[in-house]
Amino acid sequence: MLKDITLGQYYPGDTLVHRLDPRTKLILTLIYIAALFTAIVYAGYALVVLFLAVSILISRIRLRNILSGLKPLIVIVLITGILNLFYTKGEHLLVHFWRISIYWEGVETAVFMALRIMLLIAGTLLLTYTTSPLQLTDGLESLLNPLKKIHVPVHELAMMMSIALRFIPTLIEETDKIMSAQRARGADFETGGLIAKAKAMLPLLIPLFVSAFRRADELATAMESRCYHGGEGRTRMKQLSMALRDWIALAAGVLLLALVILFRRLGI
Amino acid sequence: MTPVLQTVRLTHRYSEGTPFERVALDSVDFSAQRGEFIAVIGHTGSGKSTFIQHLNGLLKPSSGTVLFDGKDIHSSKEFTRQVRFRVGLLFQYPEYQLFEETVYRDIAFGPKNMKLKDDEVDERVREAAGFVGLGEEILEKSPFDLSGGQKRRVAIAGVIAMRPEVLILDEPTAGLDPGGREELMENILRYHDGGKRTVIYITHSMEDAARTAQRIVVFNHGHIAMDGTPGEVFRRGFELIQMGIIVPQITRVMMRLRELGLDVDDGVYSVEQAMAALRETKGGGDHA
Ligand SMILES: Nc1ncnc2c1ncn2[C@@H]1O[C@H](COP(=O)(O)OP(=O)(O)O)[C@@H](O)[C@H]1O
Ligand SMILES: [Mg+2]
Repeated sequence: MLKDITLGQYYPGDTLVHRLDPRTKLILTLIYIAALFTAIVYAGYALVVLFLAVSILISRIRLRNILSGLKPLIVIVLITGILNLFYTKGEHLLVHFWRISIYWEGVETAVFMALRIMLLIAGTLLLTYTTSPLQLTDGLESLLNPLKKIHVPVHELAMMMSIALRFIPTLIEETDKIMSAQRARGADFETGGLIAKAKAMLPLLIPLFVSAFRRADELATAMESRCYHGGEGRTRMKQLSMALRDWIALAAGVLLLALVILFRRLGI
Repeated sequence: MTPVLQTVRLTHRYSEGTPFERVALDSVDFSAQRGEFIAVIGHTGSGKSTFIQHLNGLLKPSSGTVLFDGKDIHSSKEFTRQVRFRVGLLFQYPEYQLFEETVYRDIAFGPKNMKLKDDEVDERVREAAGFVGLGEEILEKSPFDLSGGQKRRVAIAGVIAMRPEVLILDEPTAGLDPGGREELMENILRYHDGGKRTVIYITHSMEDAARTAQRIVVFNHGHIAMDGTPGEVFRRGFELIQMGIIVPQITRVMMRLRELGLDVDDGVYSVEQAMAALRETKGGGDHA
């Protein structure tokens, strides 16, 4: 059903990766992405893969879940791979027929590009799988805090984000429910052409919007009646704090990036 | 007689194959004869809603089968679709499914999906609206301008307009005021029409269940824990309480009297019955 879509889904757990401060994980993800784009060939990639593999192992997230998160992107990966395969020119010609020639360099680039996209997604999946949406927004807000100096409404943005994240499951559930209710009255969401299908969505979309607005209204009232007035002077129930494990994890990240840069210099 | 609805070892797991997998129904055997009036009770999360969504083919069993008139509901797509119209299902808080510009068109949604002729649709819409007590003047209004109770009635009319042989309702009276509840229960009884149609409904109100139903089915942790007449079910008051079900106050009084050593029938659920039972006990005492 709709519910089974993994949409930044969180898999609760109590491993080292889960316990890391969300800020650490956000920064590590950025470092990881930087390393991924710095790596050009074998040794660099091997190191990045190793880093990800170790993280996944520690987090006890099953490989199956990561793979199922990658599945929707298979088309993009394939297209990128194929384009690179055909359009990269090089010195070592492998095959040549009609007007197409495939070089060894093309194969290499295709494989590395496909790998890069998959590693990129897998890394961010690991972040969202092991960090609850609430922690993520808390971490983001804390990291972006300096921007308040230049009047970026960081707190408000973070609040909007956490409300949106909080309501995604609710809306999905609601969609499921309304769909079932209309199906019980004989609505058909599957068959028919494009126009018929679009028309069939109306009995779903209208109640969904009505209920989303109603919820928004109720939430605003509830927040106001509890004197919510933005971030000024607001304290937190869960204070973020960096532990020794966070600094060690960050050090590991920096080491990864340094080694990848070194490998790039050496061209390996 | 072939039951109109039957489930055989019906099992349902939500989010199968994910870490969130959860067994909501575990090997449920159930059957309903034509003309029965059945109340389904059980604590929140016991699987009632999941169960009834199988009875018109909205949910597919993880294992086991659901039969309508002795035929597997999922035997063909066409049959599933037919069953949708013959087994009307009203969801909990159905007012949130309204979507059309006018009440009339919303009630007509089901009959139109049945591909009925326009005059047939018109007849059914007016009949269903009248049935739940919605006046002509409301038919052209937007459903979003109505009060909560009126919206609920529009939603019920939307299901009744399909003239289902079996009407299933998920907590139809939840969130209504006592007057609205009374009226709604009356409507449902009238739809049952003395046994011409079959009604199955989920309720949290033991009083309603005891008063109206001929048969009560009790769900507990995805199983059917009890199935019998109101008298049979309420006689097992202690078990009901252990399952987190609130029994009628008068039943609790009688249970307590029995506990205190008075030999009364504690399978009662109305004040009249209780009085009769007490009189009988007293009478019995006089003879002894
Ligand atoms: N759409 C769903 N996805 C996952 N789990 C669900 C869903 N609907 C119900 N459940 C779970 O299945 C169990 C039975 O729920 P339900 O049939 O709604 O019980 P009831 O109607 O008796 O309160 C509960 O534990 C509930 O959490
Ligand atoms: Mg329910």
